[in-house]
Amino acid sequence: MNLKLKALTKSIWVFHFASSPCNNCDIEILDLLTPRHDVERFGIQLIGSIRHADVLLVTGIPNSKTGPKLKEVYAQAPKPCFVVAVGTCALGVGVFRGSYNNLGCVDDWIPVDAYVPGCPPKPEAMISGIVKLLNSLKQAK
Amino acid sequence: MKVLFYYLIFPGFLFTAVAGMLASWVDRKVTARVQWRQGPPWYQNFADFVKLLGKEIIIPKQNKWIFLISPLLGLASVSIVATLLGRTLMNPSESFLGDLIAEIYLLTIPAIAVILGASASSNPLASVGASREIKLVLSYELPFVLAIVITILKSGGLIRINDIIGYQMANGSILNSVSGAIAFIVVILCIQAKLGFVPFDMSEADQELMGGACIEYSGAPLAIFKLTRQMLLVVLPIFLISLFWAYSPNIFWFILKYVILLVIIILIKNTNPRVRIDQATRFFWGPMAILASIGVILALIGY
Repeated sequence: MNLKLKALTKSIWVFHFASSPCNNCDIEILDLLTPRHDVERFGIQLIGSIRHADVLLVTGIPNSKTGPKLKEVYAQAPKPCFVVAVGTCALGVGVFRGSYNNLGCVDDWIPVDAYVPGCPPKPEAMISGIVKLLNSLKQAK
Repeated sequence: MKVLFYYLIFPGFLFTAVAGMLASWVDRKVTARVQWRQGPPWYQNFADFVKLLGKEIIIPKQNKWIFLISPLLGLASVSIVATLLGRTLMNPSESFLGDLIAEIYLLTIPAIAVILGASASSNPLASVGASREIKLVLSYELPFVLAIVITILKSGGLIRINDIIGYQMANGSILNSVSGAIAFIVVILCIQAKLGFVPFDMSEADQELMGGACIEYSGAPLAIFKLTRQMLLVVLPIFLISLFWAYSPNIFWFILKYVILLVIIILIKNTNPRVRIDQATRFFWGPMAILASIGVILALIGY
């Protein structure tokens, strides 16, 4: 395993893109930063600018307003940038199936590297999702 | 050859960078413990740095050169200060007359580099960050320089750091006098702003400006900006110790004093909310400048 990849797996900076979620997943994501879970132990940080990001974390379904913006934000990210879809809405469409503003899930807009199911997923589930993403990165190399 | 070694390796760039990353880890660890968290492992900042070097660098269409040069400008000036200070502390005969004034100027350049880079990136949030940084520099420089004037007055008009250290070794540290203590309080709050720490981190405010001045930077330039901040975390406390608190040549006491000062800075960072930019300006030009002026008057009449 080369040094670059090793450093990347030890220091993941996450940009949180909320594409019209119900905010339940977002609250659970913020739980990751609390003393109980504390993902800074693994070098995971929530950052404000997409230019600094290694992981683009998407919650909710992209609709006609947020979908194009999601694509734009993904294009602005410095590569390598991985996409993690969090929550049932982002994975499939969930409760919004048949809704008038439903244009598909995150997969239909940008390539997704890891999925974390749940409505909302537990913080433990999100940590496990990130660990699986990192393991797949290590194996790919 | 020797000068290059000093500049690039021992007291200069490489040593200060490694020490700065470790100091920044202490910052993150103490912050985490204050918030009842576990905190990152000791190699976290090294991992962040190497990772950022491996990322794609995105450059805006216009102002390419200023955008890329400004991080290097800040890094170079911090390295010069580190070299000058380190050589002064290790080998007193190598300093020159007026190096105190040169270092005050050089320590302003990292802030100017941030302003230049933010303005060159032509991002609206970055320009807000740059304007806040300009106001902040204008605010804290006045009490900072006034506090250093107290040291100069107390030591009888010496402007060579080496002489000031010698004066303190002979007559006790400047911190022990009333005016010296006032100056030290003022200067600690000023370097809080120089380091870009809470309560004066409004130019980088993560929650409102999304990284502020550094918002458009990615990859290696961002890593250099972070490294500059981390090196300042070493250089500024050592600068303060040599000006205000240098009575013993013992290396152990020196490191202890550095750690105490670092922890004080980190605790101020963790127990205060961010203030607005107008509040910061009022704070520095009002109470801090008045306090420093009182200190100057006390120093003039001999307290």
